[in-house]
Amino acid sequence: MTTLYLVLVGVLMGNIAIGLIRILRGPTVADRMLAAEFFGTVTVAIILLLAIAMDKSVYYDVALVFALLSALAVVAFVTRGWPDRKSGEQEDERG
Amino acid sequence: MVLFDLILGLLLVVLVQKCLSVTDLFGAVISFMAFGLLMAVAWVRLEAPDIALAEAAIGSGLTGALLFSTLGRLPHSEARQPIASRTVGSGPGYWLAAGFWWVSIMLLSVAFFLSLLELQAPGLGGYLQERLSESGVLNPVTAVLLNFRSLDTVMEIAVLLLAVAVVWSLGTVGWPAKQKLSLPLLVGLVRLLTPVFLLVAFSLLWRGNHAPGGAFPSGAVLAAASILLLLAGKTIRIYPLTMFWLRWVLAAGLLVFVLAGMSLMFAGYGFLVYPEQWAGTMILIIEVSAGVSIGAMLMALYIGGEPDFHAG
Amino acid sequence: MSAADIAGAALVVVGVLFFLSGTLGLLRFPDIYTRIHALTKADNLGLGLICLGSAVQSGSLLTALKLLLVWILVLLAAAAGASLIAQTAHERGIRPWERQE
Repeated sequence: MTTLYLVLVGVLMGNIAIGLIRILRGPTVADRMLAAEFFGTVTVAIILLLAIAMDKSVYYDVALVFALLSALAVVAFVTRGWPDRKSGEQEDERG
Repeated sequence: MVLFDLILGLLLVVLVQKCLSVTDLFGAVISFMAFGLLMAVAWVRLEAPDIALAEAAIGSGLTGALLFSTLGRLPHSEARQPIASRTVGSGPGYWLAAGFWWVSIMLLSVAFFLSLLELQAPGLGGYLQERLSESGVLNPVTAVLLNFRSLDTVMEIAVLLLAVAVVWSLGTVGWPAKQKLSLPLLVGLVRLLTPVFLLVAFSLLWRGNHAPGGAFPSGAVLAAASILLLLAGKTIRIYPLTMFWLRWVLAAGLLVFVLAGMSLMFAGYGFLVYPEQWAGTMILIIEVSAGVSIGAMLMALYIGGEPDFHAG
Repeated sequence: MSAADIAGAALVVVGVLFFLSGTLGLLRFPDIYTRIHALTKADNLGLGLICLGSAVQSGSLLTALKLLLVWILVLLAAAAGASLIAQTAHERGIRPWERQE
């Protein structure tokens, strides 16, 4: 049973590796932020699976703190970190 | 399991490399946040839930908000301009740097495997478990932080306070300008989340005595709640009168810690050597004051300058 | 191996499949709006299934409630985050993708 969970965790890690492509390529800053948010969700899932696999309920608290703070980064990005269009960034490309 | 660890380690190295080498600051910030997330997973894998909690709160959430806000304050030309030209991939300098990287990575991995061979000693864990009952708490990490090695924690809090003092000495800042975009959703979200933040912060504080948690993660969650309020456009009014108590809150952790240590010394026990029957209570008092002050200090560091109370 | 374990494992496996489809969307969809659409829906359903699977296996009410809280928090953050990103992207002038004829 544990093996199954470890395989699943491996699959989720693979998802993160693929998400990394979006983080690095963009094309817009919004795409990169979306990928970072995706990392957050997958991390919560990985920690939950590790909690079952390693049979430690303490890790549910780590997942809880993650879930709580996942809102902070995206709010900071939208309200502060997103550069204005005037900066010369070509963001209106299609696709 | 080994495969998972390998992927995790590889991803961490790739993210660090990207974080240091991407040519735009935004990419570096995003890579750093992703690195923080995966680092917390690594701590979970190493069965260190206390550090995982701290990393979850500080590494991904708080640092991300701090870096984004810094990015937003930079002049745009500076923030968006590539730091180095994009033609770095040629010339002897590039190969020298790349060679240096790879040689260091090789050496580090060799050192790592060598240290694996030598790490058979049991460490201090057994000794700690033996004396845990004397410490007044049930969580070994809290026992080390606030009893056996409490002097280190005093110094950590002092350093944090010193950092706030240094940041304040750089001059006053106004509160960030109001949002140009109107995001009513944001206000609703923050209204829903703030009570949950407070609940989790205090439950972490309370759990510190018997389970992973304690002053640092709890302070970080508190700070995150106040930063979220600031980001949603809430301005906390600071007048000379409120400045007065803000200073006390910032210093409370260190003050309580030092006062406890001194009074124990005068009672004949030695600096922060708790008598066994009082240890639990004293640790609780110190932990609560430290948690609240750490939250306030992290928020003060986020604001990044002495709050300008003349501006109201 | 009890029935709860098997049911929990099945739920978790289905959850991971949803994550996979979300990732596929993140990688293959043509613009930010469609990617938000793919990720926010698929991943949060996936996480919900994983939470449910974990709760079924843990067999304790307290843990189940904690997992429910985790899911609700992630749902809130993801829904609000997706909406905020999409709204700001729209106001910053990123145009939605259209099929080229």
